[in-house]
Amino acid sequence: MTGSLNVVGYGLAAIGPALAVGMIFAAYISGVARQPESRSVLQPIAFLGFALAEALALFGLVLAFVL
Amino acid sequence: MNLLSSGEDGFKPPSVADFELPPIFGDNPYTTKPIFLVFLSVILVSIFFIAASRKALIMPSKLQFAGESVYGFVRNNLGQEIIGKEFMRFVPYLFTLFTFILTNNLFGIIPLLQFPTMSRVSFPYVLALLTFVVFHYVGIRHKGLLTYLKEIMFPPGVPKPVYVILTPIEISTYLIVRPLTLSLRLFANMFAGHLLLLVFFLGGEYMLQGAIGIKLVAPFAFGFGIVLTFFELMVQCLQAYIFTLLTAMFIAGALADEH
Repeated sequence: MTGSLNVVGYGLAAIGPALAVGMIFAAYISGVARQPESRSVLQPIAFLGFALAEALALFGLVLAFVL
Repeated sequence: MNLLSSGEDGFKPPSVADFELPPIFGDNPYTTKPIFLVFLSVILVSIFFIAASRKALIMPSKLQFAGESVYGFVRNNLGQEIIGKEFMRFVPYLFTLFTFILTNNLFGIIPLLQFPTMSRVSFPYVLALLTFVVFHYVGIRHKGLLTYLKEIMFPPGVPKPVYVILTPIEISTYLIVRPLTLSLRLFANMFAGHLLLLVFFLGGEYMLQGAIGIKLVAPFAFGFGIVLTFFELMVQCLQAYIFTLLTAMFIAGALADEH
């Protein structure tokens, strides 16, 4: 069996952003559940946080290919 | 497809090489598929919005309604809510950015085209450079060079010794990290998405040529590939939104007055 160890490393590195994305949306959902009218305020913030956290995972993916 | 001719070497997973498409006309390196896609996107976006806004009626046609919803979305959700009262100056830029990126991203799943332009890193670099120039220019015009630099380097409300660490971080944030992450985020999303689709569809194709047991599994690969195509649709729209949202936020930050 052959393969690249980079990809295993990438899998491990993706745990962090995965937890982060989960926590961001958990906070967003509970925020909207408590106060439904705050949705329009929270939505850009939630997606921004999501994008920032997700970017880390994707940098890892790119590095797994490049290195 | 060199992937399939490899014979007994087994399945070669798609790699970076799959993104380096050969020139279409002879050896001219400026005639690759992504370049034509960029021109195509400009033409498509122009035709769509000229057609949508040509005969503006009070009772809008379907086309006019579609065009105006996109415009309204960018103006209200990205312009007005993020930038604030001076937003109207920046709506043309934000709108162009959003529609351009969205169209180019959608090329990734449109049959026959099927290549997201932004998965070639040079295109996001140029877009991020544009945003970089725009928001610094806006900040310098709004506050004057010295005040703007002072605000970047010495954000108020921090104890003096902290500036030793904070100032280098702030400078690198504004000059390097912001444009770099902005472009790499878009690039990495499109790259990863295209790669993911390649894995499933090329993998399914490869399995179809295997033994009978493997042939039976191939439809699942194709099925999951189709599911992921819809996932990609979501990611592509989201990334166009995020890029424009961040641009709007940077502009808003450059315009914001000191607290």
